[in-house]
Parts: sequence; C-alpha cells; structure tokens
Amino acid sequence: MIFVNDKDLVVPGEILAEDDFHPGRGTFKEENKICSSVVGLIALRNKKISVIPLQSKYIPKRGDVVIGEITDIRFSMWGLDINSPYSGLLPASEVFGKEKRELDKVFKIGDVLFLRVVDVDEVRKVKLGLKGRGLGKFKGGILIYITPTKVPRLIGKKGSMINMIKDKTNCEIVVGQNGVVWVNGDIEMERVAEKVIKMIQKQAHTSGLTDRVREMLAQLTGEELEVSKDTEAVEGEENDNDNASSEDEKDVKQENDTNSSEKDNKNIPREIFESKLNLNHKR
Amino acid sequence: MIIIITLGTNVGTKAREDGRAFDELRNLKIDAGVLERADGSAYLEFGGNKILVAIYGPKESYIRRLQRPDRAVIRCRYNMAPFSVDDRKRPGPDRRSIEISKITAEALHSSVILEKYPRSMIEVFIEVLEAEGGTRCAGITAASVAMADAGIPMRDMVVACAAGKVNGEIVLDLSEVEDKDGEADVPVAILPRTGQITLLQSDGNLSADEFEKALDLAIKGCQQISEVQKEALKNRYGV
Amino acid sequence: MKIVPEITRKSITNLINQQERVDGRAMDEFREISLESGIISKAEGSARVKIGNTQIIVGAKPQLGEPFPDTPNLGVLITNSELLPMASPTFEPGPPDERSVELSRVVDRCIRESQMVDLEELCIIPGKKVWMIFLDLHILDYDGNLMDAAALATVAALKNTQIPNTQVEDNEVIMDQEEMKPLPLKEEALMCTFAKIGDELVLDPSLDEEKILSARLSIGITSSGKICAMQKGGDHPLTKEEILKAVKIAEVKTQDLMKHLE
Repeated sequence: MIFVNDKDLVVPGEILAEDDFHPGRGTFKEENKICSSVVGLIALRNKKISVIPLQSKYIPKRGDVVIGEITDIRFSMWGLDINSPYSGLLPASEVFGKEKRELDKVFKIGDVLFLRVVDVDEVRKVKLGLKGRGLGKFKGGILIYITPTKVPRLIGKKGSMINMIKDKTNCEIVVGQNGVVWVNGDIEMERVAEKVIKMIQKQAHTSGLTDRVREMLAQLTGEELEVSKDTEAVEGEENDNDNASSEDEKDVKQENDTNSSEKDNKNIPREIFESKLNLNHKR
Repeated sequence: MIIIITLGTNVGTKAREDGRAFDELRNLKIDAGVLERADGSAYLEFGGNKILVAIYGPKESYIRRLQRPDRAVIRCRYNMAPFSVDDRKRPGPDRRSIEISKITAEALHSSVILEKYPRSMIEVFIEVLEAEGGTRCAGITAASVAMADAGIPMRDMVVACAAGKVNGEIVLDLSEVEDKDGEADVPVAILPRTGQITLLQSDGNLSADEFEKALDLAIKGCQQISEVQKEALKNRYGV
Repeated sequence: MKIVPEITRKSITNLINQQERVDGRAMDEFREISLESGIISKAEGSARVKIGNTQIIVGAKPQLGEPFPDTPNLGVLITNSELLPMASPTFEPGPPDERSVELSRVVDRCIRESQMVDLEELCIIPGKKVWMIFLDLHILDYDGNLMDAAALATVAALKNTQIPNTQVEDNEVIMDQEEMKPLPLKEEALMCTFAKIGDELVLDPSLDEEKILSARLSIGITSSGKICAMQKGGDHPLTKEEILKAVKIAEVKTQDLMKHLE
C-alpha cells in the first residue's frame, strides 16, 4: 500500500507506504510503515521509497572530494572548514611525506584547497589528503556555496548540466561534494556562472530545469537561443533527481577528474590557475 | 477513553472573552524559511503572538563537555523581546525563560534523529517578538517547522498547544487574559503520528476528570495545528 | 568572526578596485530597503527594517521615571541593542558585547545629537517625573551594515510612538492610557555607512564586504543637513580626502533614505 506518488513533496513524519515496500534514504521504518524523515521529494524505484532532501548538511564520507578552507595551523597538521558539522584535518605527512618543513610556508590560513576525504574515524575525525589528480590549492576564481544535496542536480546526468555551464561561460568549474563550488574564468563569465548555479540551487526540485538553465545562459551570455530539440535529454535529466547518491557521486568524481586532467598529477600541491580578476558571493 | 468534540460549538454557559468556542483555536499563520543566515527558520503568528525561530546546525559543538559521542545535542534559547509585553521586559534570560528553554529542548528531543550527527550540536533560538499567552507552545510549534526547514531528519514534527480551565469550563488555547484570570493552564506537546506526549505542564487546580478532558482537548488542538505546520513547509517550495 | 577565504578577499577587492561590486551595485548604492511601522501592537512604537537581507526590529516603550540630576527638565532616552544569536553564527548569547554596545551608542548619539526627540516636552514634573523612552534594537538577521538599518528602524519606531496623555494633580501624575499622543519630534536624522576596501569607499557594505573592510565610516546627518554623529571603525586609517568624500555622498544619500520614512 502506497500513499504518495513519485516526485511528491513530503514533510517529516508523513506516512509514505505500508508493508511490501523498502525504506530508502530520507525515510525510516516504524512497525510496518515507511515514513519520511525530511522535507523532500519522493523517489520511487520499484519497491524502494526514498526522499531526496531539499536541504541538508554535508556529512563527510571516505573517498569524497571536497573544497575546504584552512582555518588553523597546528604542530603537524592543518585544520580545515569543509562546510560540514565536522571539520577536516590535513596531516603534514600527506603533503611532505617524511620531510620536515614549516607548515605555514605551504598553506596559510584562508587558503582554499581541493581535497579528498581519506578517512572518517569513529569520533568523526575527518582526515583529508591531496594525493590525486588536480587536488591542491586554488588560486584565483570565486567560491559559491550550495546545498550539498543539490550537487547531483548541478552536475546533471553524466555531467550534462555542469558541462553546459562550462561550455557557455568558458569557465573552469570544480564542484566539491560538500556543496562548495569553485569557478574560474573571465570575471563577467564567473558572474554568469554564479547566477546560473544559484538558480539551479533554488529550483533544483522543479521540472524543466535544463531548459531554463539553457535559456538563462543564452540570455546572460548574449547568445542566440537554440531551439530545444532533444526532449529526450530533458526527460533523462529530470530523472537524475531520483538517482540514489551512488551514481551521482560517480559523476562528481568523473567531473572533477576531467577538470583536472589538463594539470599535472603530483603529490605536492600546485597552484591551479592564476586569474586576473575574481569575484565572490556568499550562499 | 475518547471524548467526542464537535468543533466550533459553544456549549458552555459563559462565552469566552474573545468570543471563541471552547474548543476553538486562535488564528494561526506559519511561514518557513524567513531568515537568510540561519540554517532553518520559521515565523509564526498565533492570536496576538508573534514568534521567530532560527536553527543553526547540526554544527561542530563548541562546548566540549556537552558533546555526546553517539548523537547530536539540542540546545535551546527562548527569549522575549523587551517590547513584546505591556511593561518592558529587562533584556536577558530570567528564571522563566531558562525553564522554558529547557523543556522546549526536551520536547523536541525525541522527534529528531540525533544519532545521525554524533558529537554535533543543534541550536534552537526562539524569539518572542510579541506575547499574548501561550508563547512556549507557539515556540515549540515554530521550532519544529524551522528544524524541518534546516533539513534536520526527524521522526515527526512536534506540535504544541495548551488547554485549561476558565470560568469553570475546560477550554482550548488560552489567551493572555484567560491565562491570567483562569483556574488552570495545561500546555501539551505531542508527536502527532503516534500521539505520544513530549511536553506536559500543569499550572492551577483541576480534578482528575478535568485534567483528562483538558489533555484530550489540547491533543485535538495540536492535531489541527500540525496541518498548518505541514502546509507552511509545502508552501515554502511552492506546492 | 569567521575567516574569509583568501580568494574571496582577492576577488571582492579586485572587483571593487575596478569600480564594481559582487552584487552588481554601484559604489554609492544601497541594497533594497523595506520599512514597516507599527508591527508590534504591545509596543507604543515599532518598526521593522530590511536592508538587503539584514533585518532589524526596533520597539519603543515609554515609562515614567526620574530625570537625571543634571538635567531635571529633560526626558530620558535609553537605547539598547541585542545582537541575537539567531541573526548570525558568529553572535553568541549573553550580555551585549562590544559590537552591540557600539551599535546602540552610535545610534543613540545620532538620535540625541540631532535633537530629534523634544526631551523638554517629555518632562512632567521637573526633577521628579519625566518620560523615559526605551529603544530596544532587536537584530534578527545579520547580512552587513547594521548601523544604517538600526538608525532607520529607530527613527521609524520613534515616529510611530504614542505616549499617554498626562495630567498633574497635587504633585501626582495621572496617566490617561485611553488618550495617546504622538511623541514630540523636531527633526529626523539617519546614518550612512561606508567601507574602505582596496582603494575605494563603498556605501552600505554587504556582509562579505564588511568582513574584508580595512576601515569603516558611519555618518549621521539630519534632515536639515547637519552632521550629527560620526564613527570610524576598522583597524586601518582613512585619509582626510576619503572622509570628506564620504560626507559629500552621505549628504545626498541621507536625503534619499529619508523618503522611506514618509
């Protein structure tokens, strides 16, 4: 017995189904009832009911890529704000190996880094690392903060959404799974990308988003609007809202990897890009 | 035992000072997501009450001794604006607001899936901008909406309402005047899906029968308010 | 206060040095302003002001009290502000901190020195009974430039304030709660705040701008064009030229701001 339809908006405590259904994320089971635990949209996959939350905090998971800011320098590690209830640690050994060097000569308070979550232990200590393609310190560009649950929507199916923004604005874009986005390019175009990303964040739960993003990009970049021909692609894109996190996360990584493929793959972090002018905006 | 109540009827001999039926709530309006900086927020008008609630968190607990290794901790601060009452209230916490802060945090506790965020902290800030009786219940009702707005996972949305005894009658949702002149006030908060009670106070004299009647009436009121809470969240996202 | 990422600091500064701002505003442009008066029925005067996402409610409450010994013929104004922890993750519960005290003192100075409120009119029995007007500034949402929002909300609340009529019989004050009269006001004064970022001055700094400013200057100007209060803040100096430039802009912008009070 099911009481909701796919994509319905539900609130915490709402009874979604009874008996022969399985609880997915954003839900919990109480006796034979499946209830929603968050405000979000129903995602139905066969007999599995999930609720995709419209709002949430980032909980670090091993393997995630995140954008973090240095907030503390200690004896043998940096402390980072990773836009989460749990702060991150970057051990000096991740950067120097066994070599002894002064930490603040490499990264200073206020530096912004692209990192990987290496480990999250029982006491929620989040160990970060820089080993991997394109990881390291950002130079130039702007930061945009979005709700972490909207990251998959910003990426789009197989990177369709983010690639469209990159193509039209000619900006480099890196998306952290913690909802922090780095954009670097021409100053005007950085601003266009920011506006579009904010719009996606606001309207992530509505349908027809790809078309509106395409229109907005065309309007802001002063380009002729192409007649949208591929309704199929739009349909597919609407569906990716329902994807459970696993598939979307792959997209994020893939995305970020393509981003960084132009750059060297070194353990020692390097400055990614120097831009002439930058701007920024808060969440 | 179930007491059947016909809504909107005034079976009592004496009318209430504001003309309401004995089981009638004051006008209620809730808006979700009204503040920019907070992680979640709600604004509520209930009769003459105007209440704003902000949620921050789950966030890193800056008070180490309050940290729990297995779950998040809820901290609540109920505060009345100096201009919210007839005679200016001195700013800062007093004994009343400290007590209300405590029971509010406790009332919300069982609704939140705290295990999901060990060692973290959820802060609830309740600001009474204007008070007209029943602010603690209104604060809890708004706090739950703000909590959901912040994306904090919950088993249910706690909702609160008071009933009491005025002029010998058991009535729902006491106004300021009724609270002052009445014989008893029973604020109640419930988890509406299961009907479990998460806040209960009683102030004044009631017989056991009267208490039961008041409790049932308050629960009935909570259930009506619960619908307004849900609507507020759905409205926020244009549904 | 939270640390500002280095690239954010640079991007804002670079843009401002090119006479542009993150939100697309001109250097001397306020964000959108909204004002509602009389929103709290239990307060004799009240107003809510939003400048961008910054939101403040001010409530005014008159009380009978004794005048200060050195001004026996004058009523009393008391300004108090609370940077509520709900307004920002960086505000903490507790007694007013230095930011809060500065805010209420500067707003108080602007109101007092403009002689907006006719304090003589608030005297009932010289040396014995006067009206004390409590102004409570309630900061609900902090997104930069509290000063200008607070001054605007305070003046709007004063304009909205009603006090009971009083009569004196045998040295006793008889208050008539039924018959209220507006607070006696003579002037209006508002504030304009500038932030120095890079080599430029910007009006009405947003939170991001405020976090990286090197110096801040708030200027209170009356409707008749007099400078009634000033406050410089921030760790770095300003030049005389910068200050005089700010005053010039403030003179024009204050008159624009006054339109919100009509």
